[in-house]
Amino acid sequence: MSEHNEKSEHNEKIPVTVLTGYLGAGKTTLLNRILTEPHGKKFAVIVNEFGEIGIDNDLVVGADEEVFEMNNGCICCTVRGDLIRIIEGLMKRKGKFDAIIVETTGLADPAPVAQTFFVDADVGNAARLDAVVTVADAKWLSARLKDAPEAKNQIAFADVILLNKTDLVSAAELREVEARIRAINPYAKLHKTVNCAVPLDAVLGKNAFDLERILEIEPEFLNAEDHDHDHHHDHGHDHDHHHHGLKHYHDEDMQSVAIKFDGEVNPEKFMPWINDLTQAEGPSILRCKGILAFKDEPKRFVFQGVHMILDGDLQRDWRADEKRDCKLVFIGRDLKEDLIREGFKKCAA
Amino acid sequence: MTTPTSSLTDRLTPIAAGAHVIAAHFLGRTPVFALADGTVLISEPGSETRIAAHPEASVLCAASNGTSLFTGGDDGKIIATSATGVTTEIAHEKGRWIDAITARADGAIAWAAGKAVSARDTKGDVKTWTAPSTPRGLVFMPKGYRIAASHYNGVSLWFPNAAAAPDVLDWKGSHLDVTTSPDGRFVVSSMQENSLHGWRVADKADMRMTGYPAKIRSWSWSHDGNWLATSGAEASVIWPFQAKGGPMGQSPRECGVRECKVSQVAFHPKALILAIGYEDGWIILVRLTDGSEILARSTQDSKDAITALNWDAAGRQFAFGTQDGQAGVVTLPV
Repeated sequence: MSEHNEKSEHNEKIPVTVLTGYLGAGKTTLLNRILTEPHGKKFAVIVNEFGEIGIDNDLVVGADEEVFEMNNGCICCTVRGDLIRIIEGLMKRKGKFDAIIVETTGLADPAPVAQTFFVDADVGNAARLDAVVTVADAKWLSARLKDAPEAKNQIAFADVILLNKTDLVSAAELREVEARIRAINPYAKLHKTVNCAVPLDAVLGKNAFDLERILEIEPEFLNAEDHDHDHHHDHGHDHDHHHHGLKHYHDEDMQSVAIKFDGEVNPEKFMPWINDLTQAEGPSILRCKGILAFKDEPKRFVFQGVHMILDGDLQRDWRADEKRDCKLVFIGRDLKEDLIREGFKKCAA
Repeated sequence: MTTPTSSLTDRLTPIAAGAHVIAAHFLGRTPVFALADGTVLISEPGSETRIAAHPEASVLCAASNGTSLFTGGDDGKIIATSATGVTTEIAHEKGRWIDAITARADGAIAWAAGKAVSARDTKGDVKTWTAPSTPRGLVFMPKGYRIAASHYNGVSLWFPNAAAAPDVLDWKGSHLDVTTSPDGRFVVSSMQENSLHGWRVADKADMRMTGYPAKIRSWSWSHDGNWLATSGAEASVIWPFQAKGGPMGQSPRECGVRECKVSQVAFHPKALILAIGYEDGWIILVRLTDGSEILARSTQDSKDAITALNWDAAGRQFAFGTQDGQAGVVTLPV
């Protein structure tokens, strides 16, 4: 079966986890935690050359975060040239490590790192992006979201967020910062941590960019799973923070637009629309994702994108007990919400 | 038309290299292979010698001047290996990778580790220059002690013994490798966007060579300097450089068309014969004058790409290596 072939091919690709986070949030703590857990796995670690804290690993490569634009007429299509070179070099040690971790500097934009895996054919053949993991400092994130666009990018882009140093803030402060994160990115898995203490499977092996693994698109805060260890949690006390972060921060230029449509769309209309939208609005759309029901199509159509780069395919069949509907989410800066909603409406079958 | 030989496959001596072959060269008549596992394999007929040139490390790049093989590793070392297996440490860039290396017959070599480009002249004096971004390609210009380094947004031409800033050949984008025509009139780079970019050195006139489905990772100049053969397509695309304007306004030739991408090319050192290696492990020789082809290596159901291919100086034999650690030497009928 061709599906099996694709899967085994997919499994041969080296998974790559990207660690981002503003200066001092605890990226290196998380990295050293990953490396020292007794998992029996060997990692190749790509770090920023100017990192100050030692990393305890056999295979550590210094990167210089050389970002450049592709000459393909796409202004937001930036890639990390050093990463292309380093991954090509690491492949000469193939078989000597199981996974790659890329630690970015605090000021780095995760997009060029992610785009490298979709734009460069050689990198894409050798490795696959597993997830973008962002470490955020519970005490300082709110301030950084106001004054550092990089911090905002890192939260918006994340598949997994570690809200770290929760021991340094009050329960109210923690709810405030969590709400701010959720206002930007309601879809990432969020773990509240002290010293980045999380089980490894919370950050590794997430397959966040794998179309096969796009199962549900639901805001994460509606899920039952709650890692909140705050036993003083009081829902009725503070009306600003009810519903676990549904509060909208109007000053926030980075936000998400979620579309839920109880019906099917016409692929002849949807495909050109999503292509045109991501081409025209790509610079402001950081991530997008969707599960759609196409008219007369028994399979679910799934897509995901990074800026202008779109990846989409038919996935598994819709189950009999599932409602054939469409869910899409866009995360970005100054999103033209009305334009997105109106445009999508016209794709209805 | 009768071809005296339709296949050279019975003239192939296989060599079990055992690791991804990064480069194949001849030191005199002795084939040597640089392997990804840090080993240099010297393959005298009937005897193989394995030299641990980069213990516990990988060879990232290699170059030869005909008497020594120079390997650059992810241990930061440049090691010279002679045909008799004597190794010499040329340099050690601690904590860095050697990203590019080049050598020429007079004994000078140059390498890049991160942005630092070093040139070592025939007397052993080393000069260093910091490139604007990490070079992925280096080559000596044929005239004078001058090095071309490819990096983002162009190629720098550096005189290691001059205080002046390097001359820059600009072109926006990421330039991977760089080569120069044997007469030094043209500099050509391979680019991230599956294309070549060329400059006529005299007036920096730009020339774009596009249309490739993949990156160009291998190229070779014909002995007369008139042709540049390239990999990166389902044929070797061969650009004409005999005219004053190089390939501008002219169409390239395509030789060895197959339903498989070309991964390595190597021109015969004395005749217009091109050895073409493919991603499936095949090797074909093509005579440019009449386009006739001879099969040198075929494989069944293999995805084992040819990753190294080079002739000896006399053009009597060529050596090759593959990604999965196969290697060999093919000797032409006299």
